[in-house]
Amino acid sequence: MKLTTKLLSATAICAASAASAVELEVTHWWTSGGEAAAVSEFAKAFNETEHSWLDGAIAGSGGTARPIIISRILGGDPMHATQLNHGRQAEELVEAGLMLDLTDVAEAGSWADIVNPSRLLDGCTLDGKIYCVPVNIHSPQWLWLSHEAFAKAGVDVPNDWFEFVASADALRGADVIPLAMGQQAWQTSLAFGAIMVAVGGTELYIDVLTNKSAEAAASEEMTAVFQAYADARSLSDGSNVQDWNQATNLVITGMAGGQIHGDWAQGEFQVAGQVAGEDYTCLPGLGVNEIIATGGDAFYFPKQDDPAIEAAQKELAALMISPEVQVAFNLKKGSLPIRGDVDLSAANDCMKKGLEILAAGNVLPDGVNAYSADTAGQLEDLMVEFWNDTSITVEDAQARYVGIIESAD
Amino acid sequence: MAVTDTGQGEAGVKRPSRLFKNLAAKFAAIPMIFTALVVFVGCTLWTIYHSFTKSRLLPAPKKWVGLDNYERLWSENRWLISIENLAIYGACSLVLSLVIGFVLAALLDRKIRFENTIRTIILYPFALSFVVTGLAWQWILNPALGLQNTMRNWGWESFTFDPLNNAEIVIFGVLIAGIWQGSGFVMVLLLAGMRGIDEDVWKASRVEGIPAWKTYIFIVIPMMRPVFVTALVIISAGIIKVYDLVVAQTSGGPGIASEVPAKYVIEKMFQAQNLGLGFAASTMMLLSVLVVLIPWAYLEFGGKKNG
Repeated sequence: MKLTTKLLSATAICAASAASAVELEVTHWWTSGGEAAAVSEFAKAFNETEHSWLDGAIAGSGGTARPIIISRILGGDPMHATQLNHGRQAEELVEAGLMLDLTDVAEAGSWADIVNPSRLLDGCTLDGKIYCVPVNIHSPQWLWLSHEAFAKAGVDVPNDWFEFVASADALRGADVIPLAMGQQAWQTSLAFGAIMVAVGGTELYIDVLTNKSAEAAASEEMTAVFQAYADARSLSDGSNVQDWNQATNLVITGMAGGQIHGDWAQGEFQVAGQVAGEDYTCLPGLGVNEIIATGGDAFYFPKQDDPAIEAAQKELAALMISPEVQVAFNLKKGSLPIRGDVDLSAANDCMKKGLEILAAGNVLPDGVNAYSADTAGQLEDLMVEFWNDTSITVEDAQARYVGIIESAD
Repeated sequence: MAVTDTGQGEAGVKRPSRLFKNLAAKFAAIPMIFTALVVFVGCTLWTIYHSFTKSRLLPAPKKWVGLDNYERLWSENRWLISIENLAIYGACSLVLSLVIGFVLAALLDRKIRFENTIRTIILYPFALSFVVTGLAWQWILNPALGLQNTMRNWGWESFTFDPLNNAEIVIFGVLIAGIWQGSGFVMVLLLAGMRGIDEDVWKASRVEGIPAWKTYIFIVIPMMRPVFVTALVIISAGIIKVYDLVVAQTSGGPGIASEVPAKYVIEKMFQAQNLGLGFAASTMMLLSVLVVLIPWAYLEFGGKKNG
């Protein structure tokens, strides 16, 4: 009897380990210092199970990595898990049945109750089924200000975008570039979204992004947004850097007054040893409209034939959303966790501001969720053209904007 | 086959069908013929067909939309700028690399000393990829690092040369790099052509007392026609597909001032996830090649048969 039990259990263990210990290849484009540290938290947690994590980092930004990831999935050589921005980017892949359905994992972990804001989960849902795990929240509508630059100019650190614009002359007088701006297309596009929330207001933002209302896009409020955007363009004269972190560096060193950028910029301030409130100030919603859009990253699990791999994929999905991993990951990444029930007392001031806004429910959909990649690309083209060519008037730009929104999907 | 041949009598054995002449060579050519038909012709037709569909991330052969993609393509500012840039880059690059290549070849052809060394030096840029060329010229044309800074340090304080940050002339900044890279190769091609010209032609022209430059223009150039055609085809193919040079040197900037069609196609297909539009753009590129190629092919090959 005893022997039989022993044998049985031994066989069971053998079978279990043989069937389930697999290596999952995970692709992502988190390659900068803070990002790599964050992703290694996932790997560490996953390696503690009987499975192992095979890191497939792809250098370059999402723009470089996404086509590689998608062509691997389409080409029949799918990785076991991959980062993508949730929302529209993977829509067709899900429709084509190339992604693993995670609904049972989500139900077991009652994701519907814990994910906050719930919109993040909507981005993963198609026809009532869940296909991805949201892992963090990033919001682009932040204004980062350098205390050193404003001290040089002899003016107080502004409290919102309008005060910032008013202080521009003083900054110029002190040989400081008012607004730092990287010249890559997505950054100019991001600044437009931020100004739209601040100057245009929530209602306009939702009308245009969610309802795709051409009328709202042609409204006077929108003209004011374009006007403010044109102002920002002249404020950034002389800031001819390319990458966003170079622009952030201008703010850190006091060469520029401020930068409109996402909350991931605070990683750079941290690395430079600066303290929020003393060396720099962050203003969510540009200080005007304290509300943030909640984009972020998610992991998708391309479909595999092997049931053992599928089980491991589901295990990884559940692990990524678990409280401990969420805290460890997001503290390193500088982003907000996707669940409201975790303890983030170690967060810095700027992250806490973000958490408060989240808790109050002041959130908006992000462009990534609202527009198809095609429409987003068209808008980006328009923004980058307007930003670099001063001969385009506000009216022309708005007319073309209305045209894009009319045909947007 | 042999059995039927003998059955047909003597004539059949002596003069086998032309189809079976050099059977081994024809057999060896089958893979290439197959590749050309399937990969080039087949994929081209597939692309053209899908340019009339609403294909987004995945090809969608059933969502027929007619000319929608073409209408949108020609209404997009970025595409129009890309075409304009290609026209400027193409015309200048074609003329300049032929002229510079020919002049360099003619100078080397004068039996100068150290010809081998000089030829190697001039050909060297061609050994670099477009990405390296683009990056090197990005640095050379960077006002804070390169040419402008050097000239100012030498004492020419007012010297300003900053094409890459000026939307009006940025395409010429790309052009400089393109010509630097490509003209050495044209030179070598033309030099080979010149060496193929009989010494007696030169002796005859010297006897007649014709100056060297006239000999080049009126005698040597017409005799070098096949070499020029080869050079022309190689340069044109390089122009149409210019992509990596722009990506490395300006990434299309400032703004969208140095965009080119090939870059438009790649980005629409893989970043904006709009295959249909990308296919439409690449079909237009093919069309522009054909517009140049068909009249030329007609003149080159059609003419000979008739006369």
